Amino acid sequence: MMRFTFFMIVIGLLVAPNAKAASSDVPLEDAQVDLGDKAALYRGAQTFMDSCASCHGAKMMRFGRIGEDLGLSEEQLAKLMPTELSKPGDVIETNMPADYAEETFGVAPPDLTLTARALGADWIYTYLISFYEDPETPWGVNNAVFPLVGMPHVLASEQGLKQPVYEENGDDKELVGLEPPERPGSMSEEDFEAKMRDLTAFMVYMAEPAALKRHQYGPYVLAFLFIFTLVMYLLKKEYWRDIKH
Amino acid sequence: MIKDLGKWVDDRLPVSRFWNAHLAKYYVPHNFNFWYFFGSLLLVVFVLQIVTGIWLTMSYKPSAEDAFTSVEYIMRDVEWGWLLRYLHSTGASFFFIAVYLHIFRGMMYGSYKKPRELVWIFGVLILLVLMAEAFMGYLLPWGQMSYWGAQVIISLFSSVPVIGPDLALWIRGDYVVSDATLNRFFALHVIALPLVLLFLIGGHIMALHEVGSNNPDGIDIKEKKDNRGKPVDGIPFHPYYTVKDLFALGVFMFLFAIVVFYWPEGGGLFLEHPNFIPADPLQTPEHIAPVWYFAPHYAILRAVPDKFLGVVAMVVAILILFVLPWLDRNRTRSIRYRSTAFKVNLFLFAAAFVGLGYLGTQPATGLATLAAQTLSAVYFGFFIALYFISRRERTKPVPERLT
Repeated sequence: MMRFTFFMIVIGLLVAPNAKAASSDVPLEDAQVDLGDKAALYRGAQTFMDSCASCHGAKMMRFGRIGEDLGLSEEQLAKLMPTELSKPGDVIETNMPADYAEETFGVAPPDLTLTARALGADWIYTYLISFYEDPETPWGVNNAVFPLVGMPHVLASEQGLKQPVYEENGDDKELVGLEPPERPGSMSEEDFEAKMRDLTAFMVYMAEPAALKRHQYGPYVLAFLFIFTLVMYLLKKEYWRDIKH
Repeated sequence: MIKDLGKWVDDRLPVSRFWNAHLAKYYVPHNFNFWYFFGSLLLVVFVLQIVTGIWLTMSYKPSAEDAFTSVEYIMRDVEWGWLLRYLHSTGASFFFIAVYLHIFRGMMYGSYKKPRELVWIFGVLILLVLMAEAFMGYLLPWGQMSYWGAQVIISLFSSVPVIGPDLALWIRGDYVVSDATLNRFFALHVIALPLVLLFLIGGHIMALHEVGSNNPDGIDIKEKKDNRGKPVDGIPFHPYYTVKDLFALGVFMFLFAIVVFYWPEGGGLFLEHPNFIPADPLQTPEHIAPVWYFAPHYAILRAVPDKFLGVVAMVVAILILFVLPWLDRNRTRSIRYRSTAFKVNLFLFAAAFVGLGYLGTQPATGLATLAAQTLSAVYFGFFIALYFISRRERTKPVPERLT
């Protein structure tokens, strides 16, 4: 099995130039992230733990912090944590051994704590909804945003497999669009996209939990500075009354 | 009682003499405009960087293994760590915004001219050390841009003839940017260069207060004094400019706070997106761009096809500022009374600097390189043109008193 996977990855790399040409610039969809929607962040966190965390870690995110920031009850937090022995101080760690991951996927699945800050919310959202069927790759799927991505389409059963539309271009074929799956998944398109929006929102939150604090304190700081500046302006005017110029 | 204590100290340490010489009886022209705010603002930003820097140092780990994670630890687990870090990172960008505007002020109003040449020279030295300080600080988060930016800039030294490769090796302490490089950059960033900056800033202000401040009219206020020996067009710095500068500080901090609380990444300019990926010596990012404040110099570097000559051009672009007081041969200081040729020349220089800044952040495609070459020519052309324009320049009559 390992050998076969490795073989398929090598094949994948060989066809890479084709697919690279097919990448071009896919227009990114607006992720419409709202960090104020705590319920959405919690749904996103659940999706992350259920569908991402078995391969990807998020080693800089503590469970306790999620609970605190999203206002979760103890039961809600316990539902997020992988085992009954998990503690709030624990970080999101994958239980997949790195060398096994590397053998299976060719590369170890990257840590996702900061991915939203490195690539942007829109990139992640568009990536999540842009898997399509491609029998030439090891996993039988490809991604319009990240050509020849090393991971399978984990949520294929929910989304179904989108179908690529190619345009022949000499020897190359260029991906020009995606069509709805031939066999629909268990979720409607809207429901799946909403789920991916929630997941994206959680990843944006996870990349910078401080964003919630910034937005919390920002108005007070600006209000203080506004008043300070106003007082200083009046003070300046008062002092400068006797200077003619 | 307090008064007695004050006198006791004053007899032994010149506190009130210092206070009077530099604030309460330091006479400055009364017509300072917007452009004159940046000196005192820079002093505040400098203190802010020192103070936030000290607290960041308490939690940061200068090692290739831990640096990246320790920055995220500051962002997540250290009380108010996120605020300290954003104040420091935003402070770096605002430092350069204020420095560039401050330098441009000096060029507009001829503040580099006799008798303020030393003030200017101290200023250019501060710019040089500040650039080194910022460059070394940028390596510390140990993200992809930190790493590869440093790799690119240090490798420039290897293009120096004969000693180049050894020089680059000596700077890095290794064959690639590594833990050794990070450690020495940390030492230089938190101790050596801030100390040098402190001394240079002291020299800058002492030299300024010895000759007195210039003003938008470029007139010496010391030439017209009343019978008590005070300049008729001068007012004491304190309280007049302390209150005025406090107002400016309020406006400045308001803008600063907007960035810190709502826009800390500055659209990828203040904190570059690839820098949220840990440094990986085996994977070069697609596009290595310097932080915005180095972009003009980077554009000049890339505009020259030969690597070593490019480095020379980049270095000369800064060093040439040292001789500005002697390149400009006209005695009239302020742009208000100088010729149209001078005004156009200065405007082109400023536009070229901004244009180069934009190009420096973009990939060097054929057209962009051509544009960078043109703008580099304008940048250096400013100094050459100034030398000739200022020789027999038709200036307007300068008034005797401030307007």
